[in-house]
Amino acid sequence: MMQVIINGKPEEISTGVTLLEVIETRKLDPTRVVAELNREVVPGERFANTVMNEGDSLELLQFVGGG
Amino acid sequence: MMDDLFEIGGERLGSRLLTGTGKYGDDAVIPDVCVASGSEVITVALRRVDFQAATGNVMDHIPKHMRLLPNTSGARTADEAVRIARLARAMGCGNWIKIEVIADNNHLLPDGYATVRATEVLAAEGFVVLPYVNADLYVARDLASAGAAAVMPLGAPIGTNRGLQTREMIRILIEEIDLPIIVDAGLGRPSHACEAMEMGADAVLVNTAIATAADPVSMARAFGEAVRAGRRGFLAGAGLQRLKAEASSPLTGFLEG
Repeated sequence: MMQVIINGKPEEISTGVTLLEVIETRKLDPTRVVAELNREVVPGERFANTVMNEGDSLELLQFVGGG
Repeated sequence: MMDDLFEIGGERLGSRLLTGTGKYGDDAVIPDVCVASGSEVITVALRRVDFQAATGNVMDHIPKHMRLLPNTSGARTADEAVRIARLARAMGCGNWIKIEVIADNNHLLPDGYATVRATEVLAAEGFVVLPYVNADLYVARDLASAGAAAVMPLGAPIGTNRGLQTREMIRILIEEIDLPIIVDAGLGRPSHACEAMEMGADAVLVNTAIATAADPVSMARAFGEAVRAGRRGFLAGAGLQRLKAEASSPLTGFLEG
């Protein structure tokens, strides 16, 4: 297991987990989520081969209503 | 009127009413609002996914033909606006971005200086930048130099429905700035939108007034009609205003008593 931060909250996740796995275990549609890993935007096509590491900070965002 | 299109970032638009997706009691009404308004451009915001609240996704309700205009709401600095814009573009929904930099939570007034800096960075990265700003001539000129695709001055503070409080300053922008002027924020009634268009604004953006109306679909239609009426009035060229009355009927040939 390892410590990471997801959307500002510390979490323990399994070692070697990919972004796609993080997104899918939260029942999110990967085509409707944008990810920023350690302040770098990760394109959707790289979700499957981007592995999270100890201490990483991940932001998962989506479009919401706004003006 | 048929060919009275306007252009943003090289894209021609038939409707001069842009709409938003915030504050709807039920997002399911959004498709009908889009049809009734005739709008072709719709705004959205970007937020952290809330893993606890399994809410519906606003994207489910936005018709496919609509051009998405993500905003950078939540940004308090130029850097934050740039960060949000890059994330929004990574969603794969195009390169349009409405810059919104607000550090004042009392009045929600935009920071012109930070907005210009964010516009410079994003225009250089190929974004079609639509900055939301105060109706200020110098800020608007700086935005034009920075590569903005339009200037979006506020009519009144966000969500107030108070109309064209900045009327005189917007008039100056329309006269002086060689970019589309889109009046954004504060327009509360169709007549406000109509007046902005009569003055020569290129378009208006309306969210709160439609979303919080008792009948949003009907209000969307009313705004669409008001924008068309105002635009037609502008193109028709209004007659001069006078202080003294001037008869419309001839003042000769009266019947004698």
